[in-house]
Formats: sequence, structure tokens, C-alpha cells
Amino acid sequence: MLKNPASSATGLSRRSFMTGTVSAAAAAPLLASAAKAEEAAAVHSRLREAVAVSLRINGQPYALSLDTRTSLLDALRDHVGLTGTKKGCDHGQCGACTVLVDGKRVLSCLSFAVMNQGSEVTTVEGLASSDGKLHPMQQAFIDHDAFQCGYCTPGQIMSAIGCINEGHANSEDDIREFMSGNICRCAAYPNIVAAIVQARDQTRGT
Amino acid sequence: MRPFVYEQPNDISAAVAIASRFTTDDEQPTRANAQFIAGGTNLADYMKLGVAVPNRLLDLNRLEEPALRQIRVSDDGIRFGALVRMGEAADHAEVKRRCPVIADSLRLAASGQIRNMASLAGNILQRTRCEYFRETSWPCNKRVPGSGCAAMEGFNRQHAVLGASDACIATYHGDFAQALIALDAVVRAEGSRGARKVPFARLHRLPRDTPHIETDLAADEIITAIEVPAVAWARRSRYLKIRDRESYAFALASAAVALDLDGDSVREARIALGGVATVPWRARAAEAALQDKKLDEASADAAAQAAFADAESRQHNAFKVELGKRTLVRALLETRDMKV
Repeated sequence: MLKNPASSATGLSRRSFMTGTVSAAAAAPLLASAAKAEEAAAVHSRLREAVAVSLRINGQPYALSLDTRTSLLDALRDHVGLTGTKKGCDHGQCGACTVLVDGKRVLSCLSFAVMNQGSEVTTVEGLASSDGKLHPMQQAFIDHDAFQCGYCTPGQIMSAIGCINEGHANSEDDIREFMSGNICRCAAYPNIVAAIVQARDQTRGT
Repeated sequence: MRPFVYEQPNDISAAVAIASRFTTDDEQPTRANAQFIAGGTNLADYMKLGVAVPNRLLDLNRLEEPALRQIRVSDDGIRFGALVRMGEAADHAEVKRRCPVIADSLRLAASGQIRNMASLAGNILQRTRCEYFRETSWPCNKRVPGSGCAAMEGFNRQHAVLGASDACIATYHGDFAQALIALDAVVRAEGSRGARKVPFARLHRLPRDTPHIETDLAADEIITAIEVPAVAWARRSRYLKIRDRESYAFALASAAVALDLDGDSVREARIALGGVATVPWRARAAEAALQDKKLDEASADAAAQAAFADAESRQHNAFKVELGKRTLVRALLETRDMKV
């Protein structure tokens, strides 16, 4: 049913269509195919090479050697040993893997570790003070019983901290809207909202 | 996931040079040898699923040109750098004031985390979430040209009723794009053949018989900026998005509306529809239906009938025709009633 677009009626390749001169149009595919042959050989030898990735995680420097495919989530859990950050869907749909990168909440499952070179990553392990005193958001989750199974909780807590920092926790409606990327299958939502309100009021004054 | 080589070009011309060297325009975009990544929220997902299979990934986040990360507001309009994140643009005070439809469309899209990651250019180039495109065991003309379309007779509740072809009925799920096409935005792109401007309405291609070719961009072209021309009446604009759940879901139907009113009567209307079409969808017939008319429930309904006059539905998505009309009527009346 479908033809190869390069040979169809509209079928000048988009590159040759826009190149504008016949000679360049004819040459471009040749150059590209030579490059592709070279690419195949070059890439093959480089594909399995580990790359060096430097990160600061919870204030500590880490020098990691990783396959380029490693997500930031897998780097944290499997290479650094910080398993507080959870893998839920691994496709950016649940929020369980939320961490702060340079102070902003992101999904560590959809970020390749190598793209975070030089960044400061904060995970749930980095929240409590060195004397063991919990971060106000952690304490608020306990105070309000804001979890049941607890699997989504590290992501909820990191996302809630990001949400307040962004200025999107001004009302309970705001909190519900701007926390919608964190799914809780135990449906502890009312208590999560209450916990965020408490932590917001405690941390804003400081 | 297939292994890939990772590169971090320092500037636009370096990124274009690498892409130009390792790609050809007759490659299917998801299978292109070298692919660009910015936020990664769409591409990383599709690489995990085996739908996008680059063997060279060009990370655009280290490009040094400062304009790529800036929002500039002037008398000419608003210029968004391609690497500005969705969340930053959604929260920008002047964007909210001058073009509420843009800020709304971004705020109502994705989640807080994804909006912090996703770039504006990546957002407009996002690929469909058609279930049959996502799952590689199904036939899909967009993923494997000529293999067929499992959605035609499958579970097509999410699928498009406007702009479909015999080869593809996958919905374009973006929201920002509807605001841009309504406001006559222009995209700036740079590739090996130089820099050019592309009217937003010409950026995306209808599926026709080549659904795997989704945009007008060459394989080595990078979007560098998105420009929205200044029109004072863009202040009377909004984006209404109807979903299965109240937040963090794709639109079943949405409407971007901007109105230039003379009292009750419509001097000019700009309308785009989301969640119902295969590409960002400007509803020009609906705009024409409102021209010089008093905007009330009856004229809004007539415009909605015009917008969906050519709709074609399948087994599970027929509800979108009625939902789309009602969404547009509500968006028009709410926009009319905005205090500006």
C-alpha cells in the first residue's frame, strides 16, 4: 500500500527537494551513504563503551562509569545504591522516581544519567539533617498518615518539595493540580494534601 | 533499549553538522541513525519501548546560544527559545498576560515534573501516543510504513476524527501546538541548508499515505525558536481541555480560542482543536462562520457544526464529534466573557 517515500510520486527526498541545485541534490545521498557505512563501523566499536558521568548526589561527589542507556533512576538505585527513589512504571506516568536536579523536580526514569553530567541531584536520602532530624515534609507525611504502602512516598515527598519551591502550593486546589504527576494507588491523596499544607506553612516562614 | 553513542554538541552548527553527516531525509524519523534529544520525556520513553531506535543521540542541552533558553517579549510579539522548558513558559507573567491561551495550554499539559524537563520545541514535535504505535508487536504505518493500521478496527477511542487517512488515524496529543497554530506562530529552524522560518500551520504534515513523515523538518534541522506575533486581542484567549480525569491526561477534546470583539460582534476569531485531529488543527470554517456575527450560543453552535462538518468517526471514537463541538461552544462563550 505504501511506497518508499524516496520513490513515490512526491518522492524527491525532503533533503533533495530543498537543496535546490541538481548537483548538490545528487551528491547529498552519496555523501550520506558513505558516512553511514563509516558510521556503522565507528558506532559498533563505541556502542559498548562505558562513559564517565560525574554527579553530586545529596552533596557528595560521585564518579560513575555507565552504559549510555542507564537512566538517572537506575544510576541512583543500581550503581550508587540509593534505593529510596522508586521505580514504578519506568515510563514517566506515575511519579514514583521523582528527584530534584539542580533544585527542580524531574522524573529520573525519563532522564539518561549521562545527560545530568555535573548536576546536583537530591533524593529522599538527602533530606534529613545529619543528626537524623527529618525534613519538615517527611515529618508532615508521618503526622498526617499520608501513605499506606509507602511505595510512592519518596516520589510524593520530593515532588511536594519541588511544588512548594515553584510557588504552586498556594491552595489545596493548586496542590491537587500541581501534584497530579504523582499517583498513589492506595489513594492517600487527602492526607498527602494535608501534609503538604503543613510543610508549606512550616518551611515558608524560614 | 538499543545501545547508542552519546554526543553533546556545543552549538547549533555543530549539532547540525553531526546530524547532517549521519542522517538522510529518506530515513524514517523514528529509525534515523542520529536523533536529537532535549527534555527526553517523549524520546526516552519511545527508546525504552523500541519505537525510536537511534544509534547516536545528540543532546541539545549544552548548546551555548543563550537565545535558546530565553523568552523575549517585545512590541513584535513573543519569541520563545527552543530549549525553554514548558513550566517556565507557563509561569511567565507576560506570557500569561499577553497570551493566556499559550500559558493555559502549557499549564494543562503533562505534569509538574514533565513540564520542568520538556523543552518547547520538543513539545511541539512530540509523537502520538496511539497504543498501536507504542507497542511494536502491532502493525502500524507510522512505525513500519506499509505494515497496516491496527487502530482502524481496534480500540480507537483515543483516535482522531479529523485529518485522518486510510493509513493512519493517530491523534496529535499536544496542547501548546493548538495555541500556536491559532495565533499564527512561526517556527525558526536551522539545518545544513541554512536557517528558515516555517509557518506553524505548515510544520506538521497530514498522515495521508505517508504517516511516518510527521513534519516538514529535514533530518538535520533543529528548531531554534518559536515566534508568536503581537496582536492585542490575544489577551482575550483561552484553552479549554476536556479529559478522562481532571489533570495529567491527554485531551479527549480541546479548543484554543482567541477573539477580537467589537461589542458582542466578532471582528475576528481564531480557533484550533486538539485531541480530535491527526495534526494541530486550525478550524478555519468555524472562524469564518463567526465572522461579523454576534457571538451567542446559537452562533457558537453553528461554528462548532462547521468545525466538525467533515469529521469521520470509527467504532469507539464517535463520541468525540459531539464532545468536540460542546468543548468549542463552551470555549467560545467563556472566551467572550473574559474580563480583559
